Amino acid sequence: MNSIWLAIIGMFVFALGYRFYSRWIAEKIYRLDPNYVTPAHRFEDGVDFVPTNKLVLWGHHFTSVAGAAPIVGPAIAVYWGWLPAFLWVILGTIFAAGVHDFGTIVLSVRNKGQSVGTITSKIIGSRAKNMFLFIILILVLMVNAVFAWVISNLFIQFPSSVLPVFIQIPLAIWIGYAVYKRKAKMLVPSLVALAIMYMVAIIASNVPALQIDLVKAFGGAENTVLFGLDGIAMSFFIWIIILMVYCYIASTLPVWKLLQPRDFINSHQLVVGLVILYAGLVVLQPKVTAPMTNAAATDTSWLPLLFITIACGAISGFHGLVSSGTTSKQLNKETDARFVGYFGAVGEGTLALISIIACVTLFATKGDFMAAYSSFGAANGGGLGNFVNGAAQLATGIWIPEDVARTIVAVIVVSFAATTLDTSVRLMRYIISEIGEEYKIRSLSKVHVATSLAVCTSAALVLLPKGPNGFGSGGYLLWPLFGTSNQLLAGVSLLLISIWLKRQGRNFLPTFIPMVFIFAMTVWAMVQQVVFDWSGLGATDTNLLLFILGGIILILVIWIILEAINAFRRNDPPSVSQDM
Amino acid sequence: MNFFEQLKKAVALYEEILEQPHRTELARELRDEEDLFMLICFSEMVGIPNPAFYYTLELYPFLVERYHQWHLRMGLKTSPLDGIRCC
Repeated sequence: MNSIWLAIIGMFVFALGYRFYSRWIAEKIYRLDPNYVTPAHRFEDGVDFVPTNKLVLWGHHFTSVAGAAPIVGPAIAVYWGWLPAFLWVILGTIFAAGVHDFGTIVLSVRNKGQSVGTITSKIIGSRAKNMFLFIILILVLMVNAVFAWVISNLFIQFPSSVLPVFIQIPLAIWIGYAVYKRKAKMLVPSLVALAIMYMVAIIASNVPALQIDLVKAFGGAENTVLFGLDGIAMSFFIWIIILMVYCYIASTLPVWKLLQPRDFINSHQLVVGLVILYAGLVVLQPKVTAPMTNAAATDTSWLPLLFITIACGAISGFHGLVSSGTTSKQLNKETDARFVGYFGAVGEGTLALISIIACVTLFATKGDFMAAYSSFGAANGGGLGNFVNGAAQLATGIWIPEDVARTIVAVIVVSFAATTLDTSVRLMRYIISEIGEEYKIRSLSKVHVATSLAVCTSAALVLLPKGPNGFGSGGYLLWPLFGTSNQLLAGVSLLLISIWLKRQGRNFLPTFIPMVFIFAMTVWAMVQQVVFDWSGLGATDTNLLLFILGGIILILVIWIILEAINAFRRNDPPSVSQDM
Repeated sequence: MNFFEQLKKAVALYEEILEQPHRTELARELRDEEDLFMLICFSEMVGIPNPAFYYTLELYPFLVERYHQWHLRMGLKTSPLDGIRCC
């Protein structure tokens, strides 16, 4: 089958979803009121609360939520064939992610622009605040561990991407100074920085001396280097340590010095990446060589794990944090929420869609695909590498040499993952400080203590699981846990919206059904993995670390479900806000 | 509207998207600076002890000599302020 059909059908269904379903939700369920005075007007302070043009707000929202996660998940999930991943991305975006992202903006707008965390404690109760804090703590811990592994893995697989990625750091600092201290415009400097990065990528692709290949430096994958670690394990170890040191520095610097200028460059990269891949797809129109459903995928069933593997790109709790944290405070008119929230989710869906297409068109034959995706473990370990190779192949459609395209795509994915990583380490630092304040442990609120704790626990988590290549290479085992904690957060947001709708006497099924589905899949997946895969009761050996972490997440899920039932049964008057 | 005008508009929009988070950060820094300035200037007027006050004590040895000369020039033989005993 021609892969262009996947894109056409996907886009068409997205368009229908936006045109009809989101309109129905806006008019009949959320009942948006164009005359409602949004927090941006009511509390306008020129800083956080600023009425913003809806196109600008959409762009900002989209670039904040789109990252490496909607690429990684689908690249793994095509293991079960292209159809399950395709359907979940399309239907998940329309019926779950769109409603969730859109709903969290509306809920926050109707609650003075407060964040999901604050609204949770108001609607569910004071216990919920701590529960919410722990869920986010687990989520950011997973993000740190998983993305440190993802970046290390890409550095090992694509050594030519190392130099352009590291060049980005001084370039970003230079932009930060130019823009912040000299009040320069940021468009031109950030485009210049992007051009320099891609020039370095082109040079590094063609000059082997500029490719920083640690595995080669350690004498190859088979060579034992130190403490019984082979070349790959040692490379993972070194990259992870370097990344954690970088995270420590990046997350303690003021945001304008590194984080924000890097975001400017990454916004360009998102546009460049999407344009190159979709243009390449239109020109090349490659055949889908992957099977529609993979009958050989018997080691791990798609049900329920598909819904955990693809979190971002179908539904993601992290979006709720962005929606209620910044977007809702800048919404000019309440009716803009539909475009910003729902269309933002559609934007991320298109990224997930191209990730699926890149992976299912990469291989020359079905046999090659089956060899690469021979087991769920192989899909987890190699999925992202397959995306990079597949995307590079698509880029050849617009006459970019394949090895250059491979480096550039790897640079784009690493840049996204690095931004997610240092934002998440920063977030973890804030949460640890907040927990320190909450439980009167003063030392935890200190910046360097909180950051050290965040960095050390993340490093320990990514280094401990033992993968096929030994120490450090098993970070991908954490991916289902990342998906679970992300879905858990999405479930909580959907629960809040459902309770709000119920208390308003409206039809709450459009948010309640995805919530039940998400919770059911999460519990099912967690029970299956904790009891059968990690406890040692099943066919595999005990994996104590994953067993404990999975166990904690499972307890949190059950706790939330009990709280949800409780909150739903109570018929309190609307406690959310008086002006709804 | 011709093509170039449309392109210019699109670039301006893109630039605004790019500048959005930066604008917030800049406004926050400016607000913090403004808050600190207001606190230092006017806190004692509204009965809040000035946090900078304790640090100004360190300036005492540098100011006392000039202060002494100033009150002599003004025709005051002794210091008019109880708190500053230069002579």
